[in-house]
Amino acid sequence: MGGTDSAAAVELSDVRKRYPTGAVALDGVSLRVEEGRVLVLLGTSGSGKTTALKTVNRLVDPDAGRVTVLGRDVTEWDPIELRRGIGYVIQEAGLLPHMAVAQNVALVPRLLGWPEERMRARARDLLTLVGLEPDRFAPLFPSQLSGGERQRVGLARALAADPPLLLMDEPFGALDPLTRRRLQDEFRDLQARLGKSVVLVTHDVPEALRLADEVAVMDRGRVVQRGTPREIRDAPQAGFVRDFVAAALP
Amino acid sequence: MTLLGFLAERRGEILALTGQHLILVLVSTGIAAAVGLPAGIAMARRPRLARPLLGAAGLLQTIPSLALFGFLIPLPFVGGIGARTAIVALVLYALLPILRNTYTGILQVDPAVVEAATGLGMTRSERLRMVELPLALPVILAGLRIAAVVSVGTATIAAAVGAGGLGTYVFRGIATVDTRLILAGAIPAAALALLTDALLAAVEKSRRPARAAGLLAAGAALVAALAFAATGPSRHGAVVVGSKNFTEQVLLGEIVSAVLEDRGFRVDRRLNLGGTKVCHEAVVSGQLDAYVEYTGTALTDILKRPVRSDPSEVLREVQAAYGPLGLRVGAPLGFNNTFALVMRRGEAGRRGVARISDLAPHAALLRVGLFGEFLERKDGMAGLVQAYGFRFGLRPREMDLGLLYQALAAGQVDMVVGSATDGLIAALDLVVLQDDRRYFPPYDAVPVMSEAGLTRHPGLAAALDSLAGRIDEASMRRMNYAVDGEHRAPADVAREFLARAGLSGTRP
Repeated sequence: MGGTDSAAAVELSDVRKRYPTGAVALDGVSLRVEEGRVLVLLGTSGSGKTTALKTVNRLVDPDAGRVTVLGRDVTEWDPIELRRGIGYVIQEAGLLPHMAVAQNVALVPRLLGWPEERMRARARDLLTLVGLEPDRFAPLFPSQLSGGERQRVGLARALAADPPLLLMDEPFGALDPLTRRRLQDEFRDLQARLGKSVVLVTHDVPEALRLADEVAVMDRGRVVQRGTPREIRDAPQAGFVRDFVAAALP
Repeated sequence: MTLLGFLAERRGEILALTGQHLILVLVSTGIAAAVGLPAGIAMARRPRLARPLLGAAGLLQTIPSLALFGFLIPLPFVGGIGARTAIVALVLYALLPILRNTYTGILQVDPAVVEAATGLGMTRSERLRMVELPLALPVILAGLRIAAVVSVGTATIAAAVGAGGLGTYVFRGIATVDTRLILAGAIPAAALALLTDALLAAVEKSRRPARAAGLLAAGAALVAALAFAATGPSRHGAVVVGSKNFTEQVLLGEIVSAVLEDRGFRVDRRLNLGGTKVCHEAVVSGQLDAYVEYTGTALTDILKRPVRSDPSEVLREVQAAYGPLGLRVGAPLGFNNTFALVMRRGEAGRRGVARISDLAPHAALLRVGLFGEFLERKDGMAGLVQAYGFRFGLRPREMDLGLLYQALAAGQVDMVVGSATDGLIAALDLVVLQDDRRYFPPYDAVPVMSEAGLTRHPGLAAALDSLAGRIDEASMRRMNYAVDGEHRAPADVAREFLARAGLSGTRP
């Protein structure tokens, strides 16, 4: 995949989703991620931010509205091809417990049918990129890693096939504050270097402000405020956003 | 002889039976896995399938094995006498644990992991192959382990349809009340079960269970092939002789086989088959060429006709009804294994009882022992009371067949209802009261042959005719006692009888 114009990497237009239980998950969500930019979906749990993220790689199909990736409606994509072209990072990394680190990292290249030698080299490069010594970590299994190491492997896996777009669902959620802070910094540097388009979901206000080019605050299935981190911090909308930000920042 | 000595003496046969047993288990578990794994995967995909399929597999488990054999034997392609029927039954029993564990194994994979795999762009089959099956493998292997270990135990029933295996010894041991024989079958079977369990447990615990399972499957296939080769060529062209699973029947099977062998036939012995129905279905479907049946059993149990008392009428009726089934009934062998009222000789003499009607003055206080079936049968207690016009004052004591004579000998009862050819009648010096009103229907022993077998083996009928009228009740009792009481091998007893009766030709 490769859109070359400066069109949106991802765009959601008035997306609606109701769960089989009848609960409204998305109540007319519109979003736009410019290429090479980081959009953070910020909200409490149950706000619909993860559901919105999953409409992008079609883990969730909306009832109404339109989702485009690289200028093309997701329903026109073959879902398998679409997903293989998007890096996906989830909380607790979602590593496959029965595969060694190297196999986890090379998973999407394997699905794409890369030759063995190239996969192995790619896995080593990516482990180095995310700060893990390849010789030491490649043969380990996920259960032998710390939380931070797992998260690094998850990121390396998402980057393996060099996708232009990353979806990250609470990627630093389960880490201690120090590790979390270090990984956030490393992620920001990496992103600046690689220029990926990123949609990142978090409930952590400082994290959102630190990593985002743009923040979309969500509440009860709606986007209640969009803006730069500075706008969110300095001029939160009265009501939910102000309370949420005030509660999180000292 | 000690058990160890016995096992050592029989080690060749035990090894062969163990080989047969192993083949039954490996082939049936392999087929059950080949069917159960895809079905379990399909169930995990479409949970609506799960309930009916698991229900059906569970229901199969509840069918008693002999009943299952009864259904299977007449069926073309899956039925018959021998390994095929046993394997089909074992497969049906092994399905449930494999199905259920495959299904639950896949369902219990962490949904978050499955979603991650989907989100990474795996197709359904990639997800199944790379994520769901590997993560479900320990549970699936546990199911296979249960199926295999249970099969080792269940495969002993294979002997009931002539499929061989260690059950052959167990059944023969039970029939002849020979503990050493039972143990000679049960100990290797238990060892086999423990070995199977240990091997599969090692696979489950291994670091790479998929590879270990593959290695084990390859090894199992090799063992099955070797065991198959070791059991030797199948006996094509041999006369297949059957028998039911009690001492007298096994003896008759051996006698018939020996007579045939003396005349140059090759014989495939399928003795100790699981009862009347199994033998009958087998001879009707051409799986057996011959076995010995009792006229009364043929009339009431097989043909479901009312009881009659005239022996020649019963024989004629059975002969007429068997013709259309493709069966020929040979001439009676000479003894009538009917019900018998049995007393201690001294007691009978003291009371002046020789005939059943002599019991009338004693009936009020006579202590009677019998097996429960006699109270239920059409030709049992109710008819006896009606025919002779007296009733027993004391409630009869029901006990196991094997215990009746012990109770009688010990003086705990005054009379028992047994069978006319029970070996202990001779051994314990007991007397059989004469059925002077001819109440009990005749149970004359007659060879039953399939017409197809008679065509295939010219001279078969003539060979069996040579036994006509040659085995009387006393001889049969002595032979039964030689096996049950003296623990001698039925084949030896049969040979000895034939030699003594002047029926034996070329061989001792």
